[in-house]
Amino acid sequence: MTGSGGSALEVLAAGPGTTVQDLGRPGLAALGVGRSGAADRPSLRLANRLLGNDEGAAAVEVTLGGLTVRAVGGVHVALTGAPCPLAVDGRDAAANAVHWLPDGAELSLGMPPVGLRSYLAVRGGLDVPPVLGSRSQDTLAGLGPEPVTEGTVLPVGPAPQADPVVDAAPVDPPTADEVVLRVRLGPRDDWFTDEAVRTLFAQAYRLSSDSDRVGARLEGPALERSDTQELPSEGMVLGSLQVPPSGQPTIFLADHPVTGGYPVIGVVDPRDVPLAAQARPGQTVRFRRSAS
Amino acid sequence: MRCLPCGEAGLLVELDDLEQVLAMHAALQEVPPPGVVDLVPAARTLLLQLDPALTDPGAVAEVVRFTTLQPGAAPAADSVEIAVVYDGADLADVAEHTGMGPREVVQAHTGQEWRVAFCGFSPGFGYLVAQDDRLHVPRRSTPRTRVPAGAVGLAGEFGGIYPRESPGGWQLIGRTDATLWDVERDPPALLVPGTRVRFVEVGA
Repeated sequence: MTGSGGSALEVLAAGPGTTVQDLGRPGLAALGVGRSGAADRPSLRLANRLLGNDEGAAAVEVTLGGLTVRAVGGVHVALTGAPCPLAVDGRDAAANAVHWLPDGAELSLGMPPVGLRSYLAVRGGLDVPPVLGSRSQDTLAGLGPEPVTEGTVLPVGPAPQADPVVDAAPVDPPTADEVVLRVRLGPRDDWFTDEAVRTLFAQAYRLSSDSDRVGARLEGPALERSDTQELPSEGMVLGSLQVPPSGQPTIFLADHPVTGGYPVIGVVDPRDVPLAAQARPGQTVRFRRSAS
Repeated sequence: MRCLPCGEAGLLVELDDLEQVLAMHAALQEVPPPGVVDLVPAARTLLLQLDPALTDPGAVAEVVRFTTLQPGAAPAADSVEIAVVYDGADLADVAEHTGMGPREVVQAHTGQEWRVAFCGFSPGFGYLVAQDDRLHVPRRSTPRTRVPAGAVGLAGEFGGIYPRESPGGWQLIGRTDATLWDVERDPPALLVPGTRVRFVEVGA
């Protein structure tokens, strides 16, 4: 199967965590449907801009590399986000740059030295059928395109009118060091002890290996509650720092639930959520208090 | 009413009760404040999701504070009948918790009008409330790893129906063939906030 652009990407190896993502499906939260979409939106947008696509065109989000695709018909591609070593028919190629894959060419992604999530976009965008207006796979809700596995053929849409105007973008790779995230307290910081609030901004946390598109789970000093009554379920925003009974916070990422039943002590600045989405298991995370 | 910012892109409006949540949801749906992209009603709160490029929580809170609630104003929504076979695995437990017999539980479930307060948990899962509190029961102490689609359950002050197979901790009293969620339908959820629901008993 090929797209209306006549070309496609055939998946030869899917890697440990590969999904199709665009900018998600906003406006449906009252039906219990979260926005979903790329975990690192600026990287998806950059990949699309490099190719002359609409910024919200669907691309492949690849976690820790491992993806190999074969071009069906010639396609232009670009890789952004975590800088996977990139090979086109065995020849090294650069991230954050536009590459031509002739018909039958194979592109493979190694494991990135830093960062977690990479975006492989194709000129024309991936043309899988949208569900409720989006081509994002919501891993929590089970909505959107089928999971990407070996043998999946991803059709490519028609090339946009605009031509790509740059060959490469000079962007910094995600940091391998400590990740610092700005946090605004609330809405439920008053459910925690003063000591818990001090601890949140004074101590380092470690990103757990039990992290996914729903949330970045953290390990570190427990945040103790002063109010232990049950919280009626309430709406949660992207970047919420939800604290379950263990006291170990989780940063809610793209596929977070619409409502939750544990208090949110603070919310990560929307500009810093992509940094949280690029943090790797084992990496150190610190929170800096932003003015409220 | 309290307005609590959720970072730069959210405002959580805390209200006295579910009636107020529904009335505020109806009012803001009618005339959404500029820059508000999504409304998330819940048991005691309404979350407003904002586009931080267009507005901020403080500006939206001003609009919310000046919003007049019509007492008893419910969002205009359809009413649906849902046919249920009352053979759930927890029917006997619910009877014990409520001090009623299983037949009385079924009569209490079918004998009053329910209303969708809000959605959450999974797409199309509506939290239903009824007029009286006879069917208020705790969740199961051990959640089931697999609850089948169409299972009709109770938990706390709410009733609900599982739109698809999932883990779950609600007390199951019956099952229905109704299609709760269909992405080809508009809206895809059968039970949207405000919908009035009548349960009707049918034979297995």
